[in-house]
Amino acid sequence: MTAQPIISLRHVTKNFQTKHRSVHAVDDVSLDIGAGEVFGVIGYSGAGKSTLVRLINALESVDSGEVLVSGVDVTKLGDKQLREVRSTIGMIFQQFNLFSAKTVADNVGYPLKLAGWDKVKRQAQVAKMLDFVGITDQAQAYPSHLSGGQKQRVGIARALAHSPSILLADEATSALDPETTNEVLDLLRRANHELGTTIVLITHEMGVVQNLCDQVAVMEAGRIVERGSTYDIFAHPRYPATRRFIQTALRSHPGPDTVQRLHGIHPGRLVLMTVTASSLDSEAFNLAKIAETMGVTSSIIHGSITEVTGRSLGNVVVELVPVNTDATDAVDALLSRLSDDGIDWTDLGTRDHPRPDPVWDQTTGKDAESEDQR
Amino acid sequence: MRLLENTWNDWLTQTFWTSLGQTLQMIGFTLIIGGGLGLLLGLTLFATRRGGLAENRIVYVILSVLVNIIRPIPFIIFMTAIRPLTMAVMGGYIGTIPAIFPMVIMCSMATSRLVEQSLIAADPGVIEAGRAMGASRLHILTRILVPEALAPLILGYTFLFVGILDLSVMAGVISGGGLGQFALSDGYRKFNDLVTLVSIVVMIIMVQCVQLLGNGLARLILRRR
Repeated sequence: MTAQPIISLRHVTKNFQTKHRSVHAVDDVSLDIGAGEVFGVIGYSGAGKSTLVRLINALESVDSGEVLVSGVDVTKLGDKQLREVRSTIGMIFQQFNLFSAKTVADNVGYPLKLAGWDKVKRQAQVAKMLDFVGITDQAQAYPSHLSGGQKQRVGIARALAHSPSILLADEATSALDPETTNEVLDLLRRANHELGTTIVLITHEMGVVQNLCDQVAVMEAGRIVERGSTYDIFAHPRYPATRRFIQTALRSHPGPDTVQRLHGIHPGRLVLMTVTASSLDSEAFNLAKIAETMGVTSSIIHGSITEVTGRSLGNVVVELVPVNTDATDAVDALLSRLSDDGIDWTDLGTRDHPRPDPVWDQTTGKDAESEDQR
Repeated sequence: MRLLENTWNDWLTQTFWTSLGQTLQMIGFTLIIGGGLGLLLGLTLFATRRGGLAENRIVYVILSVLVNIIRPIPFIIFMTAIRPLTMAVMGGYIGTIPAIFPMVIMCSMATSRLVEQSLIAADPGVIEAGRAMGASRLHILTRILVPEALAPLILGYTFLFVGILDLSVMAGVISGGGLGQFALSDGYRKFNDLVTLVSIVVMIIMVQCVQLLGNGLARLILRRR
């Protein structure tokens, strides 16, 4: 999917002045987004992702840096040229931001009216868009009569009406229930596949990234701390915040309470392993066999394996106990052998000597549920 | 004496109709011109305020201070105070038509705050949606925000009608004519309570009609949505 970058951010910085201090909303971010990609930006509230996406269509101005959209630096444009660029970038919002005084059809037709389309062409395009999102029967209804999911469909139809090459989705599913979220994500996937729209999606829900995104960037305190293909980020997260996000989606990474409970049941050495598609395929992960040859019994005591962008991924906790109780080195030897084979593992210690999982060391970002109003 | 005081005759009937005509004239012109100017002023205040669509501290402060200075001046004093200006603009200061000038000024000041407040109450999300689509600021103000805030605007103008009626009555004190002058000159000063009563009843009916109309329109708009 990756092609020419359609969006390029170069050392972009944006600060907000409050009464008492200056907040680095976006701090020296450089980023390339390829044409036709679905690019996710995930972060806790206040991480700066809403600001970041608004820099792309210049709803927010940069303090320094360049924002190239289809090769044009939007930070240097005058008001009129900027409006033209914006008309090629659709945007959908958490709170939908529909015009309550206009019918569904008029909402969808509005960007076309702005672009100067005549009435006949406009009606045809509106009908096509309403059909695309599946709310043709609500064309003459007012937004207040629609459910949240229907409202976002109208938002998507409105954002795509003018056939933009880019769609910015700002927490587009955060106000929706899980089922409606999936419907909206399906619609976005169709827009990407059928219309070739590049989508930049902002979310605090890792499940949304897991479902939809080709590429993902993790944002914290105005910086992009980690980025890559969705599978790689899920399989090999390096940053604690990323790990916590992934845990919310995969649910297989045990929290501190779970580890404590497992220690209560299993006295032996507990090790958390990430299971990826490649490790499942390779001989190396025939753990039981390897462990046996090295004089260690292994048993899986917790975990699950699921699918991310069509490939297997999960976490398991195994208890490793040396067959000969005196051979305490056996487990260490096994673990260093696994490391050599490229298997990621985290030592959780034993019941008597538990080791904290470094993922849970930081206490930041507990309030991921609600995106603050800027 | 009493019979003599509360009499009604053809002359009073004639004066009443003339006065009613003058009142409607004053209210009509003030509502249209003052209401229109007030809408412009209100949109400007809204656009130039901090964080607004076209934030401009200097313009906002100047307009805001102007409104804040003029609005609290009692209208009866205001009319006399701007007499030279009225004279210059209207070519005279006695009569119904010249009285419209200070009424328009006062009305536009009151309207501007009302419009500003109605727009502030509108969902800021629609402004962002409009900007994201590439709509111009003027377009956002007139084609998005005004329709969004239409119901509160109509209720605001309805409320304003009572204020304008009040202004028109005070214009009667300085020979502006209208029901106010009728009630004062032919009623109060001649001890004819009947004239005063008739004036009051007519004004109450006018206010009620306009209020019903305004409420009805606003309800229609809100129910449709």
